Amino acid sequence: MSVDHITDAGKKAKGDRPYFLASEQTEQLMNITMALAQELAVTRERMDTLERLLESASIFSREDIESYVPDSEAAEQRQLWHQEYIARILRIMQQSREAIKEKQDGQPSTEDVMKDISS
Amino acid sequence: MSMQRKAPPTWDKVGKHALFPEAKHDEIARFNFLANLNMHLSSDVIPGVKEAYDGRARPQFFAQHGRDPETRHEVRALMSEDPYYQWWSALRRSTMEMRQQAGRSLVLRQMDKLNKVAASFNEGQDTLQLNDDLPLPNYVTIVDTHCMPGSYHTAEVDGDVSAGANYDSGIFVTTVGQLGSMTDGGGRAISDWLKRDHGDFKPQRILDIGCTIGHNIVPLAQAFPDAEVIAVDVSAPVLRYGHARAKALGVNNITFIQANGESLSDLANESFDLITTSMFLHELSTQSMPKILSEIARLLKPGGLSVHLEQPQYAGRPVFEQFMRDWDTWNNNEPFWGTMHDVDLEAMIGNTGLPESHQFTVAVAAKVDESIFPKTEHDSDSEDFGRAAAWNVFGAWKPTQSTKQESAA
Ligand SMILES: C[S@@+](CC[C@H](N)C(=O)[O-])C[C@H]1O[C@@H](n2cnc3c(N)ncnc32)[C@H](O)[C@@H]1O
Repeated sequence: MSVDHITDAGKKAKGDRPYFLASEQTEQLMNITMALAQELAVTRERMDTLERLLESASIFSREDIESYVPDSEAAEQRQLWHQEYIARILRIMQQSREAIKEKQDGQPSTEDVMKDISS
Repeated sequence: MSMQRKAPPTWDKVGKHALFPEAKHDEIARFNFLANLNMHLSSDVIPGVKEAYDGRARPQFFAQHGRDPETRHEVRALMSEDPYYQWWSALRRSTMEMRQQAGRSLVLRQMDKLNKVAASFNEGQDTLQLNDDLPLPNYVTIVDTHCMPGSYHTAEVDGDVSAGANYDSGIFVTTVGQLGSMTDGGGRAISDWLKRDHGDFKPQRILDIGCTIGHNIVPLAQAFPDAEVIAVDVSAPVLRYGHARAKALGVNNITFIQANGESLSDLANESFDLITTSMFLHELSTQSMPKILSEIARLLKPGGLSVHLEQPQYAGRPVFEQFMRDWDTWNNNEPFWGTMHDVDLEAMIGNTGLPESHQFTVAVAAKVDESIFPKTEHDSDSEDFGRAAAWNVFGAWKPTQSTKQESAA
């Protein structure tokens, strides 16, 4: 059995997903923005590591970064990275789709779950 | 003077062992972001919810009804319309989901390797006893507990441990390191409390029900190395991970058994000195909870001790605090959380034959783990700057023959 780790990592948790903001779409947009904020922070941390290492080892200059061209293997790795990046940012859309299917498959509402479990 | 801000420990300080997933630079950075986001939400955003309640929602309710809200349900109905509460809730839910995605992407990409490492610790060991035929209770499978896709029980492939690995690697982020580098603050708090307040209590046989990956039973097994420890759970993936983790940490006196705490008929009457549960009761159901408590009473030796580590019950707390504590019931797939925190625990445990005269509640706190929260010159011994986690221990001693007669007389 194989697992697509990119899609599977963003899977929806079984059960109704509550929405809090006045519009569901607005909240989905907020989720997209927060994921972007996360990835920007990740990039920022990596750059920081890089700059500090460069600084202490003076191995190459910032000019070298500006003129870098990836070879074909590096280029492919970068493209796959973009795919995972996008799946992460658009997780909420994946889960909204899964929610529709889950309801069709008969998943009870939170209220019914609580009644059932507390009866 | 400008304020000095607290920084939570970076994720690379998490306690590792042979089975622990390896994290790359960006994966660590993602967890660092999430820990800081969690900290920001609790220190900078949550207080605003109370301000919104006191400042506008409650006065508006009062104007309408001539009284304040009297139940947490009234508070919830009121606050669900408040835009600030809505934003906080939306952010909190989103943060939980991002944490799951971060943990799962870390673990699933190295799943095959993790499963192999676990198998190398587990194969041929009689200290891991799985039962493929054990039916899973519906309260375990009906929703994915606290937004963990697949919850504790779903195996991605045969022999899978990824649910355990995801739980182990992410909990440091959700708790912002407050449970210590090994996320075992609860278990350490129980063993410290036992050694301090009951120094002559030396359990020979210990049982932990709902052990998950054994975070909180490992420190008890270490504190009582001569004891025979049994840890049960219904979910195989977390048991496989927990057993291998204990072995990797050099802990060999725990037997992990896949079994349902409602019916532990393979274990003999009055055969345990100490029975523990940690953060477990709130994930049960109204039907199962009394059954499990009765099993505990049956399994305890006379003079034996049962302890449950939990958040405090709701009774007697202000309705706004109850409402905030109840958030997970409605919004984080913890459907039994609220019902459990309303239960009259004393009476329920009393009904199992451990009388209220033999029960007690103590507040315990995890000791600040100085390996991840270095002491600064500003710290004094008595202050923990909110870094230590606190729980209630609900305890009960099983009467011995002589105390039974005493209370009958
Ligand atoms: C919140 S976790 C417990 C955490 C763990 N005790 C710790 O200290 O880290 C709840 C666990 O209880 C298990 N569980 C739920 N119902 C159970 C039952 N009836 N018998 C045994 N285990 C159960 C779940 O599989 C899950 O691993």
